[in-house]
Amino acid sequence: MSKKSTIYQFGLDSFGDLATKEDGSLTTYAEAIRLVTDEAVLADKLGVDVIALGEHHRDDFAISSPEMVLAAIASKTKHIKLASGVTVLSSDDPVRVFERFSTLDAVSNGRAQVILGRGSFTESFPLFGYDLRDYNELFEEKVNLFAELLKEKPVTWQGKMRPSLHEADVFPKTESGTLDTMIGVGGSPESVIRAAAYGFPLMLAIIGGSPDRFRAYGQLYRRAAEEAGTTAHPIGMHSPGFIADTDEEAIELAFPLFKEQMDRVGASRGWTPMTRQHFISEVQHGSMYVGSPETVAKKIARAMRAVDASRFDLVYGFGPVRIKDRQRTIELYGREVIPRVRKILAEKEGN
Amino acid sequence: MQSIGILGAGKLGMTLAQLAIKAGYRVFIAGSASPERIRLTTEVLAPGAIPVTSQQAIERSDIIILALPLGKFHALNPSLFTGKLVIDAMNYWWEVDGPRHTVLPDDQSTSEFVQSHLPESRVVKALSHTSYHDLHDSPQPPGTPGRKAIAVAGDNPSDTTIVAEFIDRIGFDTILLGSLAAGRRLEPTHSAFGANTTADELRMLINPEA
Repeated sequence: MSKKSTIYQFGLDSFGDLATKEDGSLTTYAEAIRLVTDEAVLADKLGVDVIALGEHHRDDFAISSPEMVLAAIASKTKHIKLASGVTVLSSDDPVRVFERFSTLDAVSNGRAQVILGRGSFTESFPLFGYDLRDYNELFEEKVNLFAELLKEKPVTWQGKMRPSLHEADVFPKTESGTLDTMIGVGGSPESVIRAAAYGFPLMLAIIGGSPDRFRAYGQLYRRAAEEAGTTAHPIGMHSPGFIADTDEEAIELAFPLFKEQMDRVGASRGWTPMTRQHFISEVQHGSMYVGSPETVAKKIARAMRAVDASRFDLVYGFGPVRIKDRQRTIELYGREVIPRVRKILAEKEGN
Repeated sequence: MQSIGILGAGKLGMTLAQLAIKAGYRVFIAGSASPERIRLTTEVLAPGAIPVTSQQAIERSDIIILALPLGKFHALNPSLFTGKLVIDAMNYWWEVDGPRHTVLPDDQSTSEFVQSHLPESRVVKALSHTSYHDLHDSPQPPGTPGRKAIAVAGDNPSDTTIVAEFIDRIGFDTILLGSLAAGRRLEPTHSAFGANTTADELRMLINPEA
C-alpha cells in the first residue's frame, strides 16, 4: 500500500462528562451539553476534522442522544465532521438510527458519520428492554440490517431480534447516496472480522495499555477483508488525553481527574483504584495522551504508526475537568498538536 | 509439560495463546463455535496456535486454561476433564454474566464453584487478576528487576508448582496461595484484582495486615 497518498484525520471525542465550573461546582447536564456544543464550534474554527460524541446512559455523562447535540453543532459550524462515538446499535433500532443520522446528514450538508458499536457500558440494555445475554446476537443482526439500509433501497429483511421488514423504504435518503458509517471496536477479534466482512471502516477504542498490540488487529482486519472480498479501509483509533503548556502541569492536573473517572467506573467492575504509578505508566507507555503539545504530538504520531492508523481521535475532558482546561486542551490540540503530528508523519513518509 | 489447551478465543484467550507460543509450548485453542470460526484470528493474533474443538483442546493438552465467560462455562462436559490440570482464569462479571446468585452460590469463590462442576479435575486459580492488556505488555525474563507477578491459588502444592512453572515461562513471577478458597482474594472488588505489580507488592495487596 502506498503511503504517499495517506489522508490523515484528527478528531476530538466527548461523552459529555460533567465539567468543573469556576466556583468548583459541577455543571448541570444541560450546561455540559451546551459546553460540548461551544467546544465543537471552537474545534471547527481551529480546523479539527471531526467531533465525535458517544452515547451513554450514566450519571457521569450528559450525552445520551449524540445526534441531537450534533444537529445543534451542525447549525453553528461549516466544516467539521459530525460523528457519534459510538451509537450503541445493539439496544437501538437500525431503522431509527439510519433515519436520525440521514437527517443529521441533511441538516449538516453531508457531514454526518455514524460509528456503530456494542458499547463498553451496558446500562442501555435494561433501559430499553434488551437482555444482556443477547449482547452478541443483537449486534450481529442489527449490523446486518443496517448494512441493508445503507443501500438506500427498499429493504426486505428477516431476523430474530427485531420484526421483519418487507420492501420497507426508509427516509430521508442522503444526497451522496451513502451515509458515512464505521464500526467501533474495543478489542474483540470477532468484531474486527465482522467489520471487515461488511466492508465497514474500523475505529479502535484504545483506552489502556500499549497501542502497539492493536497493530495485529489492523492486520486481522485487512486479512479478513481480503478473504471476504470486501474493501479494507484506513483505520482510526481513539484514546483519552489532556494537554497543557508543560508535561508537569498536564500530569498534575490530569492525574486526580483521570483517577476519579477510572475509579468511578472501576468501582462498578471491581477494579482496584488507579495508582499514580499506573497513571504515569499509561502516560509514558500506554494509552493516555497527557503532556505538553510536543510530548502529546510525538506520542500520537508514534501510536498512529504503531497501529497503522490514519485517524486519531483524542477523548478530551475525561473526568470532571475544569472548563478552562478543556478549552486549553482543544486549543493546543488544534493549533499545535495536529500540525506537529502531520509534520512528523509526513517526514516519516518522506524517508 | 508441553501442551496448553485454551478454552475461549477472546481477548484473554488469544493473549495467553500468544504468550504460551512464545514460551515454546504447543498450544491448542478453542472458541465457542467451530475451529474454522477462529482460524484467521488465531493465524494473525497467535500464529502457531492450533484452532481445535473444545473436546480436542481438553484431550490433547497437559494444562487446560479456562478463558471463557463464567456464564458460558456450564456448557463444558465435566467428564472430559477427568484427571486434568485446569487453570481457572475466569471472573464473575455482572455485566455479562447477570446477577451473581444466578451464576454461582454466594458462599463459594468462583474457582471452588468451577472445581465442584469439574469434580474429577484439579483446578488452580491463576491469570485472572491481571488484565489481558497488562498480560500482553508485561512479560519479562526471570530475574528482571520489577518483574510483574501473578498469584496462584490451589489446594495441591504439586499442581500449583506446575502452574507456577508455566507462568514463570510465559514471563511472570508467581506467589502461591495455599488453597483454592483463598482465590476469593483475587476476585473483583478485592484489592488484588486488576493488580499488575511485583510479587512483594502483590503479597501486600492480598494480605494487607501481614
